[in-house]
Amino acid sequence: MAAKRNARDVTPSPPINKSGTSTPTTPAPVVKSATSKSKDANLSAQEVAVAMWDNYVKATPQRMKLIDVFMAFLVVVGVLQFVYCVIVGNYPFNAFLSGFSATVGQFVLTASLRIQTNAENKAEFESISPERAFADYVFGSLILHFFCVNFIN
Amino acid sequence: MTVATENSYLTGAKGRNTRGLLRLVILCTIAAAAVSSRLFSVIRFESIIHEFDPWFNFRATKYLVANGFYDFWDWFDDRTWHPLGRVTGGTLYPGLMVTSGAIYHALKALTLPVDIRNICVLLAPGFSGLTAFATYLFTNEMSSTPSAGLLAAIFMGIAPGYISRSVAGSYDNEAIAIFLLVFTFYLWIKAIKLGSAFWGALCALFYGYMVSAWGGYVFITNLIPLHVFVLVCMGRFSSRVYVSYCTWYALGTLASMQIPFVGFLPIRSSEHMSALGVFGLLQLIGFVEFVRAGVPSKQFQTLLRGFVVLVFSVALGGLVLLTVSGVIAPWTGRFYSLWDTGYAKIHIPIIASVSEHQPTAWPAFFFDLNLLIWLFPAGVYLCFLKLTDEQVFVVVYSILASYFSGVMVRLMLTLTPIVCVTAAMVLSTILETYLSMKSPKSDAESVAIEAAASKKNVPTKGGLRSMRNPLVGIYTVASKSTVVGAMTLYLLVFVLHCTWVTSNAYSSPSVVLASKLPDGSQHIIDDYREAYQWLRQNTKEDAKIMSWWDYGYQIGGMADRPTLVDNNTWNNTHIATVGKAMSSSEEVSYPIMRQHEVDYVLVVFGGLLGYSGDDINKFLWMVRIAEGIWPDEVKERDFFTPRGEYKIDHEATDTMKNSLMYKMSYYNYNGLFPPGQAQDRVRGAKLPDVGPVLNSIEEAYTSENWIIRIYKVKDLDNVGREHGAAASFERGNKKKKAAKKRGPKVLRVE
Repeated sequence: MAAKRNARDVTPSPPINKSGTSTPTTPAPVVKSATSKSKDANLSAQEVAVAMWDNYVKATPQRMKLIDVFMAFLVVVGVLQFVYCVIVGNYPFNAFLSGFSATVGQFVLTASLRIQTNAENKAEFESISPERAFADYVFGSLILHFFCVNFIN
Repeated sequence: MTVATENSYLTGAKGRNTRGLLRLVILCTIAAAAVSSRLFSVIRFESIIHEFDPWFNFRATKYLVANGFYDFWDWFDDRTWHPLGRVTGGTLYPGLMVTSGAIYHALKALTLPVDIRNICVLLAPGFSGLTAFATYLFTNEMSSTPSAGLLAAIFMGIAPGYISRSVAGSYDNEAIAIFLLVFTFYLWIKAIKLGSAFWGALCALFYGYMVSAWGGYVFITNLIPLHVFVLVCMGRFSSRVYVSYCTWYALGTLASMQIPFVGFLPIRSSEHMSALGVFGLLQLIGFVEFVRAGVPSKQFQTLLRGFVVLVFSVALGGLVLLTVSGVIAPWTGRFYSLWDTGYAKIHIPIIASVSEHQPTAWPAFFFDLNLLIWLFPAGVYLCFLKLTDEQVFVVVYSILASYFSGVMVRLMLTLTPIVCVTAAMVLSTILETYLSMKSPKSDAESVAIEAAASKKNVPTKGGLRSMRNPLVGIYTVASKSTVVGAMTLYLLVFVLHCTWVTSNAYSSPSVVLASKLPDGSQHIIDDYREAYQWLRQNTKEDAKIMSWWDYGYQIGGMADRPTLVDNNTWNNTHIATVGKAMSSSEEVSYPIMRQHEVDYVLVVFGGLLGYSGDDINKFLWMVRIAEGIWPDEVKERDFFTPRGEYKIDHEATDTMKNSLMYKMSYYNYNGLFPPGQAQDRVRGAKLPDVGPVLNSIEEAYTSENWIIRIYKVKDLDNVGREHGAAASFERGNKKKKAAKKRGPKVLRVE
């Protein structure tokens, strides 16, 4: 469970993680040039985040954004389910598992769709057209939902 | 050889069709060879189920066919593990039974009503044909040469390592599992090559099927993550890896959890944690790659990399913590004994007592794989030369499988596919090299060039002459044909070896014992079925049979009577109870048998015939297993002579002579021989002159060659005496002049 949860928690909020991990490491280097560089990075951590966000908003096509919103929604649903499970307990464990793994599985499948349809990855997937990727996505999701509905009893 | 040469002369537009046709014909021939080489036992003996485990599978299949799928799913079997029963639907892998049930109904729908027994007997040969085809597909993904796939298919079709578990009549889980194993790997390779979610999903579906068929699915569950992990460590992470693995894991885990026997294991047990860990790791790496694409700073990348390592180690630590604290179940004993090979012998005698769980000896590798085992390392080396994603898979698979097959005999089965594949890759490379007839230049010309070159350059250039010549190689027909001829010879010898091994070693049903008479004619010893048939016809429908667990499935399948323990050794204590009853004296075992409502006791005795797999030879395991639970009452030491020998003749210890097993085995055995010459042919020992006396049970049936002996448990004595006292009274052992002395009295408590 642990690994999955970590992966989960990381995904939604890049800026927080960045600043969180960068602060402890920055004081370490002693060499002049290195310090100045890292200081620069440290100072601009927030700026970098903002710039990233701007860049993302500008550069990402509409369709990708749509997919990202869906993925963010899945993450929220998954986290909610998990929090509920932690608070209330996992008595019908199969119900929790099927609900939770439905979100995880759907998230992963959607991420795959996003990767495959991304124009930048054209070289990697020359044999898969976006339409084919979408058909695969539908196929995978149907199987996933069949198993989840079967498992939830 | 047609396979390899076809390429050289059948080129062009028409050649493609011819090649396709040839390919089809060859594959069909291979499938036919695979099926027909497994039929020795059916032709020699008859179409019956062999061994022990398949009898339960057969019984379950009959139940499925008779009662339908839903009843089978919820089947509570009250005819095994007598007082307890067995929730069969939740404790078996249903894939095998459902497959043959489906075939049965399909054939019936085609108006070909075939008896379910014949489907069960011939399922394994049928699926071996499919395995050959799957191996063909798998190897084609690995190798660019067209002949490798066909070679691998024929190797897989007739290699004895696989035949040993899939002859006709061996209706075991492995019958379909190896096909599913190879086909799942084929789909996985396909998925990772294309980065396609579709192939990943198909791989997950077949993985689910594999989970429903065989407990060895854990091998896949660990091999695929290991492959991905190695790829990541080599710096070969790509979005194809992400797509294929995540699709496979998300769908495959859900699919595997649908099987009741597996249930929540993929979340809870340690064997499945590597898959989960790699899944988490891939999420992390995918996220980092995503962020890296947006940020150019180099420093930032190192930070991120550190972040990945940190989270990975934290997750690993959490996993270890959870395992230690018991939230995640640790390794099961059966699985753990693969790592710590001494574990089973010390802690769980029941695992060590199975002969298949012993380490493999060197000759077994050669016996099962013949020339393939020589080509195997060369094939792995070839994979290293051209290290693409799928070649890494072959390397990982071969290393892992060779380790496991060295630890346990039965895991030779998982090694066989990869040995066939790599050997075929090597052989096809050799044939490809030496069968191509084109030489770069005509001989005379090259000689002239060489001469010219040597004239000019001898003073200036040093080194060997052949090194200077750019056209290094073997181009004469003679040397090429020598190499090809040698390879052909090896291949022919391989076929001979496979046929010989299959015919002599792996095609004997253990239910029927065959022996040769001096004149060469065959004599069949059919005591097992004789005795089981007697039980079936002459006992009550619900008479409980107590025997050692080896025979539980056969009694349930052939005699159709409830048993106390059987080959599904899920309750060690219950088996130990039977072991205690067998290894204790009558006074101790009679109450045990009464408590468990035992009606008949069945022992296997090979002393008359020299049949070594009998219960006296297994007796020490019964003692050990019983000692594990009741160390005070059963002691292994008591069964050995003071010099530490395990004897059954007059030197045998009193504990041995008084044990129920000894008495049942040798009861009335003296009567077969002239006085003083009773001989046990297995142990090669002379038996004492006075045979054992049985008080609380009586002989009910002994088969023709004394292999199976069945005893009936007597009812309680009518006047409430002990059985020993009653029997000695019957025999008139009472002294004529009984002293009128009164024994020590006790108060009557009413």
